[in-house]
This record gives sequence, structure tokens and C-alpha cells, in this order.
Amino acid sequence: MTLLIALTLFVLAVFLGLELITKVPAMLHTPLMSGSNAVSGITLIGALVSAGSDHTALTTTLGFVAVTLATINVVGGFLVTNRMLTMFAGRKKRRP
Amino acid sequence: MTTPDIISVGYLIAAVLFILGLKGLGRPRTAPRGNLMGASGMLLAVLVTMLDQAIISYLALAVALVIGSIVGALLAVKVKMTSMPELVALFNGFGGGASVLVAIASFIEAIELGRADNQLAIAAAATALIGAVTFTGSVIAFFKLQESLKWSGFTGLPLVRVVVLIASLVLVVMVAVEPDTRVWLWVLVAAGLVLGVISTVAIGGADMPVVIALLNAFSGVAASTTGFVLDNSLLIIAGSLVGASGLILTQIMCKAMNRSIFEVIFSETPAATAGGGDDSDVYGDRVTSTSAEEVAMLLEVADRVVIVPGYGLAVAQAQHAVRDLMTSLEASGKEVMFGIHPVAGRMPGHMNVLLAEAEIGYEHLLDMDQVNPTFAETDVTIVIGANDVVNPAARNDPSSPIAGMPILDVDESGTVVVIKRSLSPGFAGIANPLFAADNALMLFGDGKQAVIDIAAALVTV
Repeated sequence: MTLLIALTLFVLAVFLGLELITKVPAMLHTPLMSGSNAVSGITLIGALVSAGSDHTALTTTLGFVAVTLATINVVGGFLVTNRMLTMFAGRKKRRP
Repeated sequence: MTTPDIISVGYLIAAVLFILGLKGLGRPRTAPRGNLMGASGMLLAVLVTMLDQAIISYLALAVALVIGSIVGALLAVKVKMTSMPELVALFNGFGGGASVLVAIASFIEAIELGRADNQLAIAAAATALIGAVTFTGSVIAFFKLQESLKWSGFTGLPLVRVVVLIASLVLVVMVAVEPDTRVWLWVLVAAGLVLGVISTVAIGGADMPVVIALLNAFSGVAASTTGFVLDNSLLIIAGSLVGASGLILTQIMCKAMNRSIFEVIFSETPAATAGGGDDSDVYGDRVTSTSAEEVAMLLEVADRVVIVPGYGLAVAQAQHAVRDLMTSLEASGKEVMFGIHPVAGRMPGHMNVLLAEAEIGYEHLLDMDQVNPTFAETDVTIVIGANDVVNPAARNDPSSPIAGMPILDVDESGTVVVIKRSLSPGFAGIANPLFAADNALMLFGDGKQAVIDIAAALVTV
């Protein structure tokens, strides 16, 4: 991938993100934040390659720690978002 | 299809799932599905990455994945809704930290393989800086939110911040022009870690939602720049999406405070500049203290009641007691509404999460724009643990540190009951003239206990 293609992806994705998330109701501010935060844990896939490629002890160690941190971010982030959203949904069902 | 093709297609599908997921998270009805789509995209991305031929040892990966999953799941399941801001901050920090480590590892590997060029170096340097700031910034925010860190910097900190920021940018240039020298990158990481600490340590509570949203954006940008290091399109796309969504939230929060991002990050906090000595001028002997019984009598004759929650509600865990009070008021035919300031609490949407936990219906929650025109026809407004967001000084006193910040105009209602432990200032560190207003009554005490007392007194009135 050339730098120019990478930059193109970056800019387009930023614009897409700005378009996707306009007028979010206040109720969803926290779930949106924790959910998108879990998505930012995508760095996990880079960490997996660093940790698994057995290049040097240093890079493997850095990768190992990175995988652990990113996995906490990803698993915890999606689960806690789901917990919050279930709470919102449960409240609605109980209403007549 | 070759293995790299399978990985690429998997990443493409994951990117689409992330886009649909984030879109879903923006609407109440589609939000649960959106979250699920995001999670599926992540799972798919991890699974196809395992096919990568660069990965030769799976044992360490499995161990790290298991540890991370267990810790993450435990944190997510155990956390109380009142501690949600801390957890979100912590997760943010972990994501940023992981990005830094990945960037360093890849950069070192590239140097050793003789592949390090300026382009790679710039990407690694950017990740190191942004990720390190995200990491320590989030960890400091975590401790500040837990209130286990009282230190809020020293005078002249904003200047130090600017100096460290400039030094960091110089270091980014050094890494870029000398891509074969590792030491610059390590120094840069150190500078980033320091910058994260000194940028967040002085942040007051009212600014906290802005900072949390901004750190969220940073964690996305760090993932995106990591994508430039690894030449990985999925990281670039997913990271940018998160960066953009974090930016939007930051903007919403800043607008709600009438402060720009630069003011939040680079100016002295109001608490540091205001000083606390002039409280007596504001309050004098004009503060009227009240009792739960008196409040119950006021509520008895009220038709419309608005409850304004703030961070104090979260601290006192008073959300369930408030729900009970609302139920009994509604049972006697009164209209009860909640007025929610966008930056009430310590993160965007904090109050909504708390009140949802107490099963208070969404139709009872009014945004600032919806509730403000209704205060004039409200008989009693009960402010629980909110301070700066109801401070009329923001409206009336141009010299106030929070001047111009949009507030909830609770002082326009018939009577304002402020439930608070003492007259101590809010996080902005300034006195609140509302407490001395003629139509304001102070009910001193713990938020939860006070609400329970009022509800009990209502029964006996």
C-alpha cells in the first residue's frame, strides 16, 4: 500500500465517521463512546502479529503486553456497551 | 484464494461491519445490533489475522488473549454504573497503550531488517506520541475520577505543557529524519507519557466529559496511525472512524460548556485561578437551610416538579431513591421531569446511564434545550449534587470563570431545593449565587439519604 492510498483511506474514513455519527441522542453518548472505544482496540490485530512473529525477545514481549491490553479493551468495551444497552432496552419493555 | 487474499477480504468485511456498527450505535433502536456488529467485525478480524504467515508461535498469543478476555469481561460485568466513567477511561488508556507498543515493536523490527524509512518513522513517531498521551492521560483521568488522586498540578503548568508539547513535536521530527536511531523514539514515548500526565492532571470535573471524549478520539487516531506503521488498511479505517466519532462527541461537550478544546487543555482550570476566599461575599447570611419535612410540604402542593441530577447523584448512588420519589410524586398526580445538562456528571451521557439503571423512562428525561423554557412554569426544582451547571453566574457575571457556559435556568422555577453536603464549591471551584437566592432552599446532607427522607416525609404529610 502506498502512502497516498493509505492517506486516501484515512481521509475518507474520517469523513465517513463524521457523517455516520451526527445527531446522536444524549442517551447514547456513553454507549457510543464505549462501543467505539472497543472498535479502537482493533490495534489488537497488529499486536497479534508482533507477539506471534517471534522476531526478537523484545518485540515478542511488547507484542504480548499489547495483545493483553488490547484484548481487555475490546472484550471489556463491547461487553460493557452491551450491558448498558440491555439496560436501556429492558426499561422500555417494562413500560406498558 | 491465497492466504493474504483471505485476510484482505476478511478485513474488508470487518471494516464494513465496523461502519454499520457505528451507524447503529447512533440510534436507540439499532444500538444493540450495532454493538453486536462491531463485536463480530472484531472477532472476524482477529480470526483471519491468525492466518497471517508471520505468526509462528501461538502459545503466547493464546495466553495473552485469555488473560485479556478474562480481565476485560470481569471489569465489564462487575463495574457499577456509577463508576462507568472510570472504566471507559481505563479501556481508552489500554487501547492507546497497546497502539504504542505495537508501533514500537514494528519499528524496531523494521530497523533490524533494514526496512526503516522516513515514512514508517513518521507513522511510528505519531503513534508513539498520540498513544502515549492517550495512555497516561486516561490513567490519570481514571484516578481523578476515582478521586484517589488529589494533586492537580502547580502554577505555570500550562506553560510546561506547551514546552513539553513543542519538545515532543521536535522529537517526532528527530525520529523522522533519523529513522535508524532507536533512542529518539524511546525519548519521544517518554515525552508523550509526561505530556499525557500534565495535560489531564489539572482537569476539573466539569471539563472531564470533554477530556474523556477527546481521549476516546485519541485512542482512535492512535490505532489509525498504527495502521500506517503496519501498512494495514483495517486499522486505518477503524481508527479513523473512532477518531471522528470521538471528535463529534468532544465538539458536543465543548459546545455545552462554551469552551473550546484549546481552552480546556491549555488554559488554567477555573479552580486554579478563582481562589476560594470570596465565598462569604456571595453567600453572606442569605443562605436558607431547610428540612426534608418542609420540602415534602412544598412538593405536596406542587403540580410540576423538575429534578436536576449532577455528579453528586452518582457519588451518593441516589438514582434508585430518586426513582422511588418520582413514583410516589406521580402517584399523587404530579408531573415529574428530569433536566439533564449535557456535561452533568463526568462523561458524556453519564446521567442517562445512571437513570436508565434505575429504570426511569426515557420520556422523563429532558435535554437542556427542552427543559429550560419550562422552568418558569415549574413549582419545585430539586437539584441533586449538581453545582456548576446550575450556576447563574455563568449567565449574569461576565467576569466569572464559567461565564457564557449554557446552564439550566433552575432559578426561574418557583422554588429551588438544592440537596448538597455543604456549601463547598463544585469542580469549577467557584461560589454559586443560586444558593443565596431568595427562592432557593438548601437541604444539607447525603443525596441519597435526603431523597429517602423527603419521600418518607411525603407519606406523613
